[in-house]
Amino acid sequence: MVAINVLLLFPLAVALAIFLVKNDAARSMLVRIGAVITALLTLVVVGIFFKDGIRLSSSIEEIDLIIVVVEVIIAAYIITLGIRSKRYVISIFSFLQTAAMLVFEFGFKEGITVETAIVFDKLTAIMILVIGLVGSLICIYAVGYMKDYHNHHKEYKERKSFFFSILFLFLSAMFGIVLSNNLMWMYFCWEITTLCSFLLIGYTQTEEAKNNALKALVINLGGGVAFAAAIIFIGMNYHTLELSVLIQMKPDAVLMIPVFLLSIAALTKSAQLPFSSWLLGAMVAPTPTSALLHSATMVKAGVYLIIRLAPLLGPTSVGRIVTLGGGVTFLTCSLMAISQSDAKKILAYSTLANLGLIVICASAGTQESLWAAILLIIFHAVSKSLLFISVGSAEHQIGNRNVENMDLLMGVSRKLAFYMMIGIAGMFLAPFGMLVSKWVAMKALIDSKNVIIVIILAYGSAATLFYWAKWMGKLVSKVNMGHKNHHELSLDEELPITILAFLVVISCFTFPLVSRFALEPYLTEVYKKTALIPIETSDIKLMLCMLSMLILLPISFIPVYKNDKRRKVPIYMAGENTGDNQTFYGAMGVKQKVEMRNWYMEEFFGADKLTFLSNVLCTAILVMGIILLIGGLA
Amino acid sequence: MNLIKIIAIIILTPLVGGLLTGFDRIISARLQGRQGPPLLQPFYDVLKLTEKESIEVNSMHRFFVYVSLVFVVFTTLIMLSGGDILLAIFALTLGSVFFVLGGYASNSPYNTIGSERELLQIMSYEPMVLLTCIGLYYAQKSFFIKDIISATKPSIIYLPGVFLGLVFVLTFKLRKSPFDLSMSHHGHQEIVKGITTEYSGKDLAVIEVTHWYEVIISLTLVYVFFATVSPISHVFAVIACLLVYLFEIIIDNSSARVKWQHALRSAWVVTGVMGTVNLLILSFF
Amino acid sequence: MDGIKKSPWILHYDGTSCNGCDIEVLACLTPLYDVERFGIINTGNPKHADVFLITGSVNEQNIPVVKQLYEQMPEPKVVVAVGICATSGGIFAECYNVAGGVDKVIPVDVYVPGCAARPEAIIDGVVKGLEILGEKKKNVGKRK
Repeated sequence: MVAINVLLLFPLAVALAIFLVKNDAARSMLVRIGAVITALLTLVVVGIFFKDGIRLSSSIEEIDLIIVVVEVIIAAYIITLGIRSKRYVISIFSFLQTAAMLVFEFGFKEGITVETAIVFDKLTAIMILVIGLVGSLICIYAVGYMKDYHNHHKEYKERKSFFFSILFLFLSAMFGIVLSNNLMWMYFCWEITTLCSFLLIGYTQTEEAKNNALKALVINLGGGVAFAAAIIFIGMNYHTLELSVLIQMKPDAVLMIPVFLLSIAALTKSAQLPFSSWLLGAMVAPTPTSALLHSATMVKAGVYLIIRLAPLLGPTSVGRIVTLGGGVTFLTCSLMAISQSDAKKILAYSTLANLGLIVICASAGTQESLWAAILLIIFHAVSKSLLFISVGSAEHQIGNRNVENMDLLMGVSRKLAFYMMIGIAGMFLAPFGMLVSKWVAMKALIDSKNVIIVIILAYGSAATLFYWAKWMGKLVSKVNMGHKNHHELSLDEELPITILAFLVVISCFTFPLVSRFALEPYLTEVYKKTALIPIETSDIKLMLCMLSMLILLPISFIPVYKNDKRRKVPIYMAGENTGDNQTFYGAMGVKQKVEMRNWYMEEFFGADKLTFLSNVLCTAILVMGIILLIGGLA
Repeated sequence: MNLIKIIAIIILTPLVGGLLTGFDRIISARLQGRQGPPLLQPFYDVLKLTEKESIEVNSMHRFFVYVSLVFVVFTTLIMLSGGDILLAIFALTLGSVFFVLGGYASNSPYNTIGSERELLQIMSYEPMVLLTCIGLYYAQKSFFIKDIISATKPSIIYLPGVFLGLVFVLTFKLRKSPFDLSMSHHGHQEIVKGITTEYSGKDLAVIEVTHWYEVIISLTLVYVFFATVSPISHVFAVIACLLVYLFEIIIDNSSARVKWQHALRSAWVVTGVMGTVNLLILSFF
Repeated sequence: MDGIKKSPWILHYDGTSCNGCDIEVLACLTPLYDVERFGIINTGNPKHADVFLITGSVNEQNIPVVKQLYEQMPEPKVVVAVGICATSGGIFAECYNVAGGVDKVIPVDVYVPGCAARPEAIIDGVVKGLEILGEKKKNVGKRK
């Protein structure tokens, strides 16, 4: 009990402390210590409660009151913000949901008692570990990154105190979301993450940043409205506010309405089409923001909610609708990623696609698919945060974050290039985690008769392979052009990158253990049916064998290389190589530079065209869902 | 799976693959009105390559070729010992990606173009290959080849569309015209030798041997469509493999290399039509 | 077994040829002569080639190209000069831009005379080159 309270409140206290400290060095130290303690706290909490879990009731009325007060303050802030920036939708959304919640709180909530406000089970444990460990690593990384960031970007006003305190506030809110069983509390934390994301995206205060931040706010507030509506609907019709009670109900047509509303809220938070534009816009923020928002937190809140709702979604029409939406997101975002050359944009599209995949798995709602969904969350969080922060550092090393220029990286910082390759491999290559989950997902989807989604997966996987492999290709093609922009990676940056790279590899080795000790008990409990690991033992052995080969092969080649000194010749340029492998003699004996560019295939996968089409498609799917709901009622 | 079996697979597969390649070259020559090389010519070539000096442009690019071979052999082992077909395909993809990375690592214009085309080819055939695995799972309720080939009815009965789609994309995997964009096994190509341009000597021999393994892997995919529990069906399966291979050779000699747009589009459309329709029909039963 | 004699891969380079010899070289690939009977493949890539087949004389422009292509071929390798221009410069020997036969730039192993050299002669030249390749291979082995 105490431990959980500490876990919730400690980041909050750190956030406050950071906000007050103005001295740079002291603040950096504070962030580091705060992050390390947060990480340790998560380990302690998970260590204590992992085995048996815990369910806490809360009889303290004051908490609800505090929540209401804070909600009103936030609403007042957002409403004025909406009016000042002339985005009245924001004000309307915020007013709507807060007013509705207030009316509900004081008018109808009498008589609804919340038995268990906090539930800590195996899924919570996994989420807390992901948020706590990856989140705190990103906070440490941010210390090093922000220093460089302001050296590179003198034009932005430095507001680091604000920045770091929001990061910690964010972590606290995320802990709140995954711990609460009381929907009111979850909704409150949900709104805080919305606000935090708005503040973080708008950090630089440029026009673009402000606009994108407002866009994120609008979309997430829209999700918030759906969330609030769902809570009120559940409260009025079923006289409960507990998630755990909700998911044990029989999925009939009426219950599908709040489930659909909650799914909409989750889809906005997870930036699924057609709500995805905020996540792409969020790339204007400093990289730690992107890393935090798009790997371990924020977007994971949405899929977490869908995973919780999975038993209700599975075979129902709402479930099918959500699955289809996720499928379209997965496919189109994977295709669009091909046409991008900005590393952060690729990561953004890939995040959307992977979240789509998680949504597919979660909403398919069978034990196996849920197994895949939860593992995807873990693997995606680790690999994607590694990629984001290594792209952030690479940007400082080579001057920009265009993938076309990443062939310099191997020459500038071999270590960074190597870690980035681990991250990329983690996203799509065979023995690594994402692919394990994708594999199980395919199997689960076939078994649950989602044949269209399986076909979508087949196409999407091929596209995924293309854009990651061509990025990796740029990383291995080392071009040495005497680049001068090199400066040492600070320890604050290097340490989290290294740890995350190891986590990527370790998570792949240990997934059978995670499955055995966390996923199987959890799924057994949820479905009241013994869950088994969905991969055959012989296959797991082969996978681990492959992984070991990947690690051992580079080492085993060292002796071969030592004894085999070979003649080096210039690369083939039809005999016109000038000898430096960079230029050839063109017409009139003039030296011409060789430039090699990757394929972006705009005419096939251009983002403009596809974005519009896929948004229309996804909106149509959602509208179909609404029609089905109404039809189901009639 | 015991050690002798593993060693037998590792040794015999390239022998059969090499013989098939030799057979391919003779048939191709005959189709062109020539006599053609001896049957063992592919082995002479590889033998020669191992005897030659291996030169390099940098110290990195050959590493990927060896890793690629290791994973392709691994795939062959999984497939021929009746393992999980989906896992085998993933391992094969890993091998292919390493091969592509080798092309990028050499940092040569021809290799890089070859690598990019190779990636495009992988992207073109991957959906159909995955759908083949999925179709087999639909038909026989197992991803394990040993279960699939011990069914009572051959999978081809359930999956004629998937089979045709697979034969279409095998043209990519066997590096045959019209889809031999990244590297052609014929003498000349517009991008010299594509992805293999910078390799010589032993490295090139390794690439050749890798290709032999890949030929067998491709034909194994055909094989599983026909083999059943009755022994005679295995004979039919072998004949089917040979016929498919012969068909690919004829296509190779009677068509010109297409542009990448056409390769991608046709492969995805064929996958979409053949694979999807077949799977949809199957899923309604 | 001597693999190298059974699988000579050829790099064909056109120096300052009038294209007469080039056409004859390509004629060797046709059904009538079919050099693939001997495992001969026209690769067009120095890194894969064993036999460097040059038609035409070298000139000031292509001296570095010929040198580089020769350098890019892995050992053991032979150079076959096809046609009278490649052997000595032929009727173009006195031209202001022509340096002379191929042997002015790189060591030549086999000379195939003719204007243009007949396909039979070219095949004979390559087969003769194979003997030298076999010899060179032994020497490569000795050096190691």
